[in-house]
Amino acid sequence: MTSPIPVTVIGGYLGAGKTTLVNHLLRHAGGRRIAVLVNDFGALPIDADLIENREGDTLAIAGGCVCCSFGSDLVAALGKIASRDPAPDHLLIEASGVALPAAIAASVSLHPGCANDGIVVMADAETVRERAADRYLGDTIERQLREAGLVLLTKPDLVSAQARTEARAWLEKFATVIEAERGQVPIEVLLGLGSSLLSGTASARHPSYDSVAFEALPPLDVARLAAALADPALGILRAKGVLLDLSGTPRAVHVVGRRSEICDAPSGAAGRLVCIGLRGRLDRARLAAEITPHAAAAW
Amino acid sequence: MFTIYRARRILTMNPARPEATHVAVRDGRILGAGSVAELAGWGKHQIDERFADKVLMPGLIEGHSHAMEGTFWRYVYTGYFDRMDPDGRTWPGAQSIDALIARLREASDALKDPAAPLSGWGLDPIYFGERRVSRADLDRVSAVRPVGVLHASGHILNVNTKALELAGLLRTGVSHPGVPLGADGLPTGELKGPDPMMMASSHVGFDREVLAADELGLRSFAKLCVRKGVTTAADLANLLPEDAVGMMLRVTGEDSYPARIVSLLRLQLLSGQALIERALALRVRSTERLRLGIVKLVADGSIQGFSARLRPPGYYNGAPNGLWYLPKEVLCEAYRLALKHGVQIHTHTNGDEATELVLDCVEQALRAHPSPDHRFTLQHCQLADAAQFRRMKALGMCVNLFPNHHYYWGDQHYAMTVGPERAERMNACATARDTGVPFAIHSDAPVTPLGPLFTAWCAINRRTASGRVLGMAERIGLDEALRTITLGAAYTLKLDGEVGSIEAGKRADFAVLEDDPRELGPASVKDVRIWGTVQGGRVFEAAQL
Repeated sequence: MTSPIPVTVIGGYLGAGKTTLVNHLLRHAGGRRIAVLVNDFGALPIDADLIENREGDTLAIAGGCVCCSFGSDLVAALGKIASRDPAPDHLLIEASGVALPAAIAASVSLHPGCANDGIVVMADAETVRERAADRYLGDTIERQLREAGLVLLTKPDLVSAQARTEARAWLEKFATVIEAERGQVPIEVLLGLGSSLLSGTASARHPSYDSVAFEALPPLDVARLAAALADPALGILRAKGVLLDLSGTPRAVHVVGRRSEICDAPSGAAGRLVCIGLRGRLDRARLAAEITPHAAAAW
Repeated sequence: MFTIYRARRILTMNPARPEATHVAVRDGRILGAGSVAELAGWGKHQIDERFADKVLMPGLIEGHSHAMEGTFWRYVYTGYFDRMDPDGRTWPGAQSIDALIARLREASDALKDPAAPLSGWGLDPIYFGERRVSRADLDRVSAVRPVGVLHASGHILNVNTKALELAGLLRTGVSHPGVPLGADGLPTGELKGPDPMMMASSHVGFDREVLAADELGLRSFAKLCVRKGVTTAADLANLLPEDAVGMMLRVTGEDSYPARIVSLLRLQLLSGQALIERALALRVRSTERLRLGIVKLVADGSIQGFSARLRPPGYYNGAPNGLWYLPKEVLCEAYRLALKHGVQIHTHTNGDEATELVLDCVEQALRAHPSPDHRFTLQHCQLADAAQFRRMKALGMCVNLFPNHHYYWGDQHYAMTVGPERAERMNACATARDTGVPFAIHSDAPVTPLGPLFTAWCAINRRTASGRVLGMAERIGLDEALRTITLGAAYTLKLDGEVGSIEAGKRADFAVLEDDPRELGPASVKDVRIWGTVQGGRVFEAAQL
């Protein structure tokens, strides 16, 4: 069986910038075949210049990408995406404004052809606090934020510096926050670090972001390291690696913001780890220091 | 030439002449109800004596059901309560897990193909105490064929091991709140919520395509209508794709089709503008027996599933608040456009917070587009309080309440979901009446069985399955209840000028009863025996279907 398709769930209320982000990612797919599933009311929200063709309810998009909508049957939509030939490199699910993204991720986990690769929740700097105080919406907004691996603060340039700082500080209560003007965030931060990045070419090309790769790591305590990588003090937004545990078994590690996950890894090259963070916030020295003792335990 | 039917008694629902002995019918319409001498003045006629010992009422109107009830009867009924199928057979309730297994095994043994799926519906394990149905239970039905049983709520599916295997779920490491795991780390076979259910449903024979537009189901549903005295039934949430509309027009257009179906267009993946345009396009295609053009929106989930949106103090057992099914912006835009274009909207709200939000949105939309007689209707609206009924009145809204819930889940509402005080307030028919909010009552079939006389009994008596009277103050009288299942429901569908009472000019739609509901009285109105119906002047005897 081919390896499962990594899936990123994009949540957030109406107007938070989900559609802008999806279009940005499609524009900067960098050779990835991205599939997009949207659950929203109205026309598929893809910029017209990106659309090459329409086949029924599926839009063919430049660069081998596709977009389709799903109504009440996410499972069938996942099946359709997973059976595409060639298989997409990544699936984005744009949740509806009132959906709880963790519930979507849980459903993704039921599908053997898909693997969760994080939840990104968008928050509009202009309106998120107001929405969170709304008598009808408040708890839904907070639940969405609490379920996020990364919160993407959008339209930060449209508010005062003070409002921006306040919004950011408030959002930090829920998850790791990154800021994006007009959805401008490097694709690796949002879509994870694909296998190409593990072959040693990792670089976050965006000037605001920094990345660091570790190669040929010896067997180490994978669980402790994964927990350590999720510490916000390290400044990691995303990390991915295939590491050997102390028994020599390869284990895959994913970190998205403050959440880390370990799962079985295919045998093959192991002992690699790539981390991405904000330039100036990614603490390379401390990161190296974190990895060394875990590794040293096995030496 | 026209026909004058003589009856033992005719309850007309026309306050000007509430009772009659004769009704005259010509070309599917009522010429009048009165004495034979009065009606003879219309000219040359024949007297039909076949209803001489029957009681006639206006054809009953089910204001919120789903034609899918007809479809479900192709699967094995496994509910706790006795239930009549479209062919008139009453299936005894399966009141234990053993009885459930025996019922399914009998059906399994009758299937020739050993690999063919077997499915049941109507399961309600809430009556089996703490014990949940497991895949081991259903493996006793068959270890070879996939077996699935849908719960009465429609929100949980139990499957056997074979079905789990086919769904790719017979593995460890499944991590989903809707997929409970056993001690062995494998799923127990209970699949809760749409996504886990969808993984297995097609493997056990619940094919979505079939459920969406099912010709046999539409026919079966109409047979049930005749058996329950129903001549008009709302099919409350249909996506109405073009092929389904074509099929429904063809089937309901047949001379022998015995019911009028009002099919509401459910919003999914459409912008507000597209939704209203679709509703307007459908409306002009309405026929005598298929009415189209009303829109259905869903604001929240269900109370017993803890997915309804409640205002404080929330769920009695401390469960977190439920889910919004549509963003408020979508609701507001739909109402605004609907008022602008004269489209009627019915909105599902179960929890009182969902009701409050819809009231806010409708109020806002009405300010933009003041619209007399819009008859926007709240469906279920189970938890509304007196203040919300006053707002409905002020905004010109209708409500369709769900008293069957008291009987089937009232004990659970009392003990678990909303607690005693609010359980007694649920489905506040008396408050609706006293406030002057036009109201109907419904079954939501197949969630509870179709049968407006049973629903009337629930509204009159408010008894739970265990015998508790839930909310004495909200009981209504027999005459009010009978009016509610005829004219009341007709009003919410804007059909009250056409059906709902027996008077000159209206459609000749009658429920033909063996017993007089007034003689049986409020405690026994559910036991009224039904002979059949007259629909558009055509006679349908249940025993001859």
